[in-house]
Amino acid sequence: MGNKRIVWSKIWPPIAVLAGLLACWQAAVTGGVFDQWIVPSPVSIVQEAVKIWPRLMEHTAATVQLTLLGFVGGSAVGFVLAALLHLIPGVRTGVYPLLVLSQNIPIIVIGPILTMLLGYGLLPKVLLVMMVCFFPISVAMFSGLANPDAQLRNYFQMIGISKWQLFWRLELPHATVHLFSGLKIAASYSVLSAVVAEWLGTKKGLGSFMLISSKGFMPERVFAAVIIIIALSLTLFGLVNLAERLFIRWRPVKEAE
Amino acid sequence: MMSDRTENHPNTLQVQMIRKQFGKGLASKEVLGGLSLSVADGEFVSIIGPSGSGKSTLFQVIGGLEKPSSGEIWLDGKETTGERGHISYMPQQPALLPWQTVAGNIEFSLTVSGVDRKATKLKTKEWLERIGLDEYADAYPHVLSGGMLQRVSFLRALLAPQHLMLLDEPFGALDALTRLQMQQWLMSIWEENRRSVLLITHSIEEALFLSDRIVVLSASPAVVLKEFIVPFVRPRSEALWTDPRFNEMKQQIYELLKVGVREGVCSHGGIN
Repeated sequence: MGNKRIVWSKIWPPIAVLAGLLACWQAAVTGGVFDQWIVPSPVSIVQEAVKIWPRLMEHTAATVQLTLLGFVGGSAVGFVLAALLHLIPGVRTGVYPLLVLSQNIPIIVIGPILTMLLGYGLLPKVLLVMMVCFFPISVAMFSGLANPDAQLRNYFQMIGISKWQLFWRLELPHATVHLFSGLKIAASYSVLSAVVAEWLGTKKGLGSFMLISSKGFMPERVFAAVIIIIALSLTLFGLVNLAERLFIRWRPVKEAE
Repeated sequence: MMSDRTENHPNTLQVQMIRKQFGKGLASKEVLGGLSLSVADGEFVSIIGPSGSGKSTLFQVIGGLEKPSSGEIWLDGKETTGERGHISYMPQQPALLPWQTVAGNIEFSLTVSGVDRKATKLKTKEWLERIGLDEYADAYPHVLSGGMLQRVSFLRALLAPQHLMLLDEPFGALDALTRLQMQQWLMSIWEENRRSVLLITHSIEEALFLSDRIVVLSASPAVVLKEFIVPFVRPRSEALWTDPRFNEMKQQIYELLKVGVREGVCSHGGIN
């Protein structure tokens, strides 16, 4: 009962601020501070979005597909890589430094190469998103696997736990908390990198739609696409958060907040 | 059934001339200096020694986590030096998996110790009821108090099929009152379910109250200074604390420890 009131009291101030900003924006455009063809007003963006809704949704679907494929694929690769790094010491010393180094490569630079090698299909774009996503996950997972509670490890070794049991029952559950912080970072990266991947050449997706609209001097459409991209990013982040709550129920409430 | 202990029973644990050295050359440090002790079947033995005297290292050697530089560990008449999984263990911190329920924790540890999964369920349920924690069976550990967690941890060690229980300062992290309660609780359960126990403790009273025999160690390198047979009859009660013999023995052990520490300090130029 009181809980709802507390939630509401947390929600309304940022909403009010946001509404105020939008009102200022609208007033600035209608009052002639900006030209309508450079910065469209919020109302005209919504009007344009409603007009081309079916097309907009087609592009959104393409971007969602690309994002999810890349996110899931990248997460899977990141997960397996972290497990291999952890379980095989040789791989750890040989691969881990390279992995960290690889993150200094701006992924966008690799985009054209992937397109060159693999064409304009879905595959090079998915690969690009995967490359961006796997890293935060494997690093977070790896550190989680490597550092479970020393007391727990000592206890279970004393009673003679096998290496596999230690991995499945102690290290992996411990790493799930870390895994989720990696997944949250990867979730926001995946939408971003999917849009960038679409800039590199395709006719479908919000990224290419933005590019075409901006070349055609249709700023309302660019803004509409941006708003949908933001919404996608927030939704994916929210879903990962929700999954975390469902998955890690054992944590004390305070710690989880 | 274990109360008819006789001399011809094989020792559950036999620690034979264990030496353990860490490091090499000049930087090396000898922690265990040819240490021998034994625990008979169904006997409760305590180890007391100054802090830093290598008691935890000794447990690591018995548990197979550390290989001794020389010497042998025998359990139930078989040499197990450097092998793991032959003992049941209760550490100072409860060491319960936070993502498992209380019952789940006990069951998992028992399956690690080689108990059949089905059998663990029944046993766990029955025993949680017996120690009055059945309403916490499906709770996560963070809900329980420190004393309750240590009860679960002790139960987990007690139910394991291994013959020897190693208790590593099990009440060291508890407040004084809880500690006294836990000692009596452990005593009452153990007197009904005799197992071979090796206990590490800093508290002379705790050792006197619980044990059949007390082994006093010197500071590093640890060797056995002296062994005390604790003569008090069982079942024991808190009335023991006011027994003059109890206090006399306490004083004896205390004096011995003081000398042990001084010798340890002298021979190592005051490192401790």
